Amino acid sequence: MTTLDARVDANVLRESGAHETEPFHGVDFSKLERSLRKPRTFMSSALSGIATAMTMFALIPLFSVLGLLLWRGGRKLSIAAFTQLPPAPLEQNGGFGNAIVGTLVIVGMALIISLPVGTMSAIFLAQSKPDNYLAATVRFAAKVLTGFPSILAGVFAYGAVVMVTGGYSALAGAVALSILMVPTILLTAEDAIRMVPKRMKEAAIGIGATDTQTVWMVLLPTAVPVILTGVMLAVARGAGETAPLLFTALFSNYWLLWHGHLELMQPTASLAVLIYNFSGMPFPNQVELAWAAALVLVLLVLAANLIGQSLSHRQVQ
Amino acid sequence: MPSETRISRPPSRLQIVTDTTFRVLCRGFAWLAVGFAVFIVFKIVVAAMPAIRQYGFDFLTGQVWDPNKKQYSILPEIWGTLSSSFFALLVATAFGVMAAVFLAEGFMADYVFALLRIFRLEYHPVWRKLPEQADMLLRNLIELLAAIPSVVYGLWGLFVVIPLVRPGANWLHANMGWVPFFSTDLSGPGMLPAVIVLAIMILPTITAIGTGAMIAVPTRLKMAAYGLGATRWETILGVTVPTASRGIFGGVVLAFGRALGETMALAMLLGNENVISVSLFSPANTLAALLANAFPEASPKDVGVLMYVATVLLAITLLVNVAGAYVLQRASSGLEGHKS
Repeated sequence: MTTLDARVDANVLRESGAHETEPFHGVDFSKLERSLRKPRTFMSSALSGIATAMTMFALIPLFSVLGLLLWRGGRKLSIAAFTQLPPAPLEQNGGFGNAIVGTLVIVGMALIISLPVGTMSAIFLAQSKPDNYLAATVRFAAKVLTGFPSILAGVFAYGAVVMVTGGYSALAGAVALSILMVPTILLTAEDAIRMVPKRMKEAAIGIGATDTQTVWMVLLPTAVPVILTGVMLAVARGAGETAPLLFTALFSNYWLLWHGHLELMQPTASLAVLIYNFSGMPFPNQVELAWAAALVLVLLVLAANLIGQSLSHRQVQ
Repeated sequence: MPSETRISRPPSRLQIVTDTTFRVLCRGFAWLAVGFAVFIVFKIVVAAMPAIRQYGFDFLTGQVWDPNKKQYSILPEIWGTLSSSFFALLVATAFGVMAAVFLAEGFMADYVFALLRIFRLEYHPVWRKLPEQADMLLRNLIELLAAIPSVVYGLWGLFVVIPLVRPGANWLHANMGWVPFFSTDLSGPGMLPAVIVLAIMILPTITAIGTGAMIAVPTRLKMAAYGLGATRWETILGVTVPTASRGIFGGVVLAFGRALGETMALAMLLGNENVISVSLFSPANTLAALLANAFPEASPKDVGVLMYVATVLLAITLLVNVAGAYVLQRASSGLEGHKS
């Protein structure tokens, strides 16, 4: 009951002459009103204001980054940027076509490694009993690995691939990125498979399907949109990573496809490393190209994120 | 009776074989995932072993990094890693938890609802969905903060944050230089811009986990507080946040882990100098940034030393991440206990 209703009721009672039974006798209604002069109410409103201000303040960097990317990167963006090779220090024009191709190839290879590991383990996790020790271990390892420093993934790939094969390569970069992508794919895919209604799974088992048939014909087809969400998020993360590529894929000023064959075991360019290299240069042309490359990279990452999110929304409806 | 007319039949031999193979395969991949994680740690530590034996514990306490004289030690980097992460965590926790309260309590939806009420549209078939959509939009925007690659934040920090904070920082140094935090001037890259950018990068982690933890607080606890006459913020500070505190703390610990391992933004903004200073404006270095800078030009002999650096970073971040994951696991099981 609001104070207003209470006061009306009290007035009605007063007019009807029921003084003895009046339930609000001696109550000062002005004390019940919500007034900013009271310290408790004031405190509450003030904190609401502070929370609003701080949340909005936290979003300023996002708009600042996006605005600046569009302004400084958009100016430099042209067809040449997508088709040409990176320029030498004092050269004009140039582009980062090879870096776009390199990023796509490295992320694609990382996906080829991480997708089977992620989904197959997820199937095992989703099908396992709650007290399964291996499943609990895998889950814990995946959760710890989501916070694994990306540079250490690079250090590992350097030791496990670069030192073994004897040179920087796209493959080493892909191995480094796959370490960062597996946990995302694995944890989302497990959730996705667990979200499939139990009755569908039981119906499949009830008509005599084997476990494999249940997984392939019922669970996976139903869970695919959400699994793809995880995959897109992993791709977005992988494409944006720089640190693991610095000393695994290194950088290259040439196309991946050189004289007609694919050079997967050669140093490979990527957008992220190009931004890092060019951002510290004293030459304006290269700095401008870094901004343009940053715009392309952010658009790529945001597109992957949005596609991923829209996929899981469709599943919910 | 010909076999085609039977409706049901047991699985064929082929199906049984595929079924068993597939199960074994799934289990194998699960082992592979764990093995992979263990192998990563193993590989880095083993590669570091020669350097650990050669330089021992002094490696962690000395202050010289000079590849020409073959002298290596990383105390400044350890200091830089911990202090930059700590300062960033302070800023990000303040803003992140506030943003989490803002999101979990649906303030945005309230504001949009109040706005709609001015135009008497709050129950309009189309417009009434707006408050919820505004809430979703805000949540996605905060998550987008995490989606922007760190190298782009580094670029933004170089060209926006450093010029922005430099006049203020140098004014503070000139006028209040006796305060240890302001004892040097900001000549370009330095701790303050790095901390600001790092805080922005880890804020989404704190907010996302904190929002989740606060939404999971049972509504009847909050209703009970309101029923006793508590104001909105008395409820938030007295009931919601304390109940969700374990989850929030887990998020903060995980964010700390992220900050410790963050590389690119710090390599670009921190100045990469081996200095131990409490000044917020002095350049510094971190373990991750040292790896990023030294690895591409390392000779095979240096690689062993860098692996030692990687091992130290690995030990610190693993410790923090395992603690965070553990706290979060306990937090979720703790809340389930409340439901009884």
